[in-house]
Amino acid sequence: MRFRTVVALTGALALSLVTGCAKGGSAGSSANTVTYWLWDANQLPAYQACAKGFEKENPGLHVKITQLGWNDYWTKLTASFIAGTQPDVFTDHIQKFGQFADLKVLEPLDGLGIQDSAYQSGLAANWTGQDGHRYGAPKDWDTVALFYNQKMAKTAGISAEKLNSLSWNPRDGGTFEKAIAHLTIDQNGKRGDEPGFDKHHVKVYGLATGGAGDGDGQTQWSPFTGSAGWTYTDKKRWGTTYHYDSKTYQSVVQWYFGLAKKGYLAPFTDYSEGANPANAQLASGKAAAAFDGAWMISTYYGAKGLDVGTAFTPVGPTGKRATMMNGLADSVTKNARNKKGAKKWVAYLASDACQKTVGSYAIVFPATPDGTKAAVAAYRKKGIDVRAFTRPVADKKDFTTFSYPITNYAADVYALMHPAMQDVFANDAPVSGLSRTNSQINLILDQ
Amino acid sequence: MTVASSPPSRLPLRSAEGAQTEPQTHRARAREGQGDGPLAALFIAPAMLGFLVFLLWPTLRGIYLSFTRFNLLTPPQWVGLDNYIRMVNDPIFWDSLKVTVEYVFINIGVQTISALAIAVLLQRLTQSAVLRGIVLTPYLMSNVVAGIVWLWMLDTQLGIGNEILQGFGLDRIPFLADESWAIPTIALINVWRHVGYTALLLFAGLQAIPNDMYEAAKVDGASEWRMFWRITMPLLRPVLAVVLIMTVIGSFQVFDTVAVTTAGGPANATNVLQYYIYGSAFGRFQFGYASAMSVALLVVLSAITFVQYRLTRAGHTDLG
Repeated sequence: MRFRTVVALTGALALSLVTGCAKGGSAGSSANTVTYWLWDANQLPAYQACAKGFEKENPGLHVKITQLGWNDYWTKLTASFIAGTQPDVFTDHIQKFGQFADLKVLEPLDGLGIQDSAYQSGLAANWTGQDGHRYGAPKDWDTVALFYNQKMAKTAGISAEKLNSLSWNPRDGGTFEKAIAHLTIDQNGKRGDEPGFDKHHVKVYGLATGGAGDGDGQTQWSPFTGSAGWTYTDKKRWGTTYHYDSKTYQSVVQWYFGLAKKGYLAPFTDYSEGANPANAQLASGKAAAAFDGAWMISTYYGAKGLDVGTAFTPVGPTGKRATMMNGLADSVTKNARNKKGAKKWVAYLASDACQKTVGSYAIVFPATPDGTKAAVAAYRKKGIDVRAFTRPVADKKDFTTFSYPITNYAADVYALMHPAMQDVFANDAPVSGLSRTNSQINLILDQ
Repeated sequence: MTVASSPPSRLPLRSAEGAQTEPQTHRARAREGQGDGPLAALFIAPAMLGFLVFLLWPTLRGIYLSFTRFNLLTPPQWVGLDNYIRMVNDPIFWDSLKVTVEYVFINIGVQTISALAIAVLLQRLTQSAVLRGIVLTPYLMSNVVAGIVWLWMLDTQLGIGNEILQGFGLDRIPFLADESWAIPTIALINVWRHVGYTALLLFAGLQAIPNDMYEAAKVDGASEWRMFWRITMPLLRPVLAVVLIMTVIGSFQVFDTVAVTTAGGPANATNVLQYYIYGSAFGRFQFGYASAMSVALLVVLSAITFVQYRLTRAGHTDLG
């Protein structure tokens, strides 16, 4: 009797384990549900509003949105591809696109009829794979500009006009270096350009640090390498060789990180992605200015006690200002459970209707021109001038925009460049060492 | 019959009476035991199932995968010893191993000495359960939470640790952002979290040492210091050895604290082996190579455990 009871209990436990595992695989999906993942918590309300509009247009379909923080997002997405629990649709980043294309986990979206001309220039084209198929529908874009503490700038006698007319060069840093030197103050109150300035005991750095910048330097060195005429790879998209061995690149990087040695740029040791990113350095009064992306506008303007302004990136040796123009997209997973519904949702996300809704929340610049206009108007309503971010896209005469590098083996490039750039910034390793890293990267790409 | 069939040589120390009754008892036990077999198997089954499914099978599969090129989403391709050859020639792997060993030395060294001191103090100076409880509190916190809290406290610009240093007129220290400070800092964060637990294990070992030994030593005029070296240490050795084996294995597997505080940086200064394995597998989708490095870690840990076990005579006690 007792033996039978034990057998029955063990059997029940085993059955519950098996069914429990099976249930985990299909959680949250049904024929009428489209699962959608995004990482930016700020954008969640905007996409919830879009989902409402979509559900109204498509009765019977329901969108289930999951938001995860940036780091967890990619780990969980990877795990979901392996476990077969991937979302139907997810927000995709160019940095990861190459890898997902390699792994063949994305569904072609050619049938959605996405036209390049319907979006800001270059955004739609970036999401075409080497096989010629489209794997992403453009959703938004961002550029980089200089956020600065208006009070500190005013005290230093640097006007908004002056900050918008700065230029730089890798020899003496130009007026840009002079400005950030003047914004820098040591513990004795001496400014960076004054005699007796103590670079080892700096109270306020002219420029906040955003870390070493890995292989893209988006909000670190890319405004400078871009305006020096340097490009990441040999082709605009799906390049086959990287250019980290270029003399131009290495001289710019040396000058940029050299600003830290002069005491004007916060050193590598002051940066912490988790505890002290560039915006925190500005908000805490430890830095006067910081290069950062458009996705951070609401964070900077929302910081308590910080009167923030924005300025264009400085004019470089090419005579132009430069900024990376990066765009996100929505991708459908190859093994999506509700592929039909997923494609409908992506088409809606890429439509003017949804993008204008997202724009009205003033959290990001949507990819369609009307969506962008709606965002600009919404920012203006909040009293935020976003010209430092929008003009580079509209003004091709004075500005250069460039894309995030799109190549195969993106994860390997990151794995090699991440420590290599940290070595240059944190440990003062010679920039010429990047040539060796570049050879390793190109060897991988050559496989 | 039973008496005749019992060879005396097998029972040399037993009495004749004992020799007569033993085989009977043995046989009776065997007869009784026959009915327990299936039940015993049933009780063992859940643990055995867990062992087979979660330990043996993944280990064997991992060893197999270490001979393949595998990205998890397409079938593995057999590449023979390629991953191992790559590992031997990979400077980052050797650097990771070096960083890990450095971490283990600092972590285990400081942790063991501190835990031993705490355990002895708990045993010799106090009976307070509250105090014993307090010692254990950091262990109640998850590694990730502990890592994040320390990351904030030790931040170069904003951390309270550096505010205090500056308050004393000292320079700020980039605890987690400088290559020479990062590993010792992470090692000490984990000492802070685990020292109470380790102390409690050693404390349990100390409780097994009979008090009359200390009393006898006191009567003989031995000092606390002398008693520690002559009584506590020799009699605690087997427990200390087991604790050391367990903590060294755990220490080699450090991952979460590194992941939340430094992510392997700056410039691979804290790229411990587990973090490198994780990055290769889940960052670069090189599961074959990651498996090869995992097998290497398994071999290293097995060798260290074996050597530790033999050197410390963990299976033998000097007590009684």
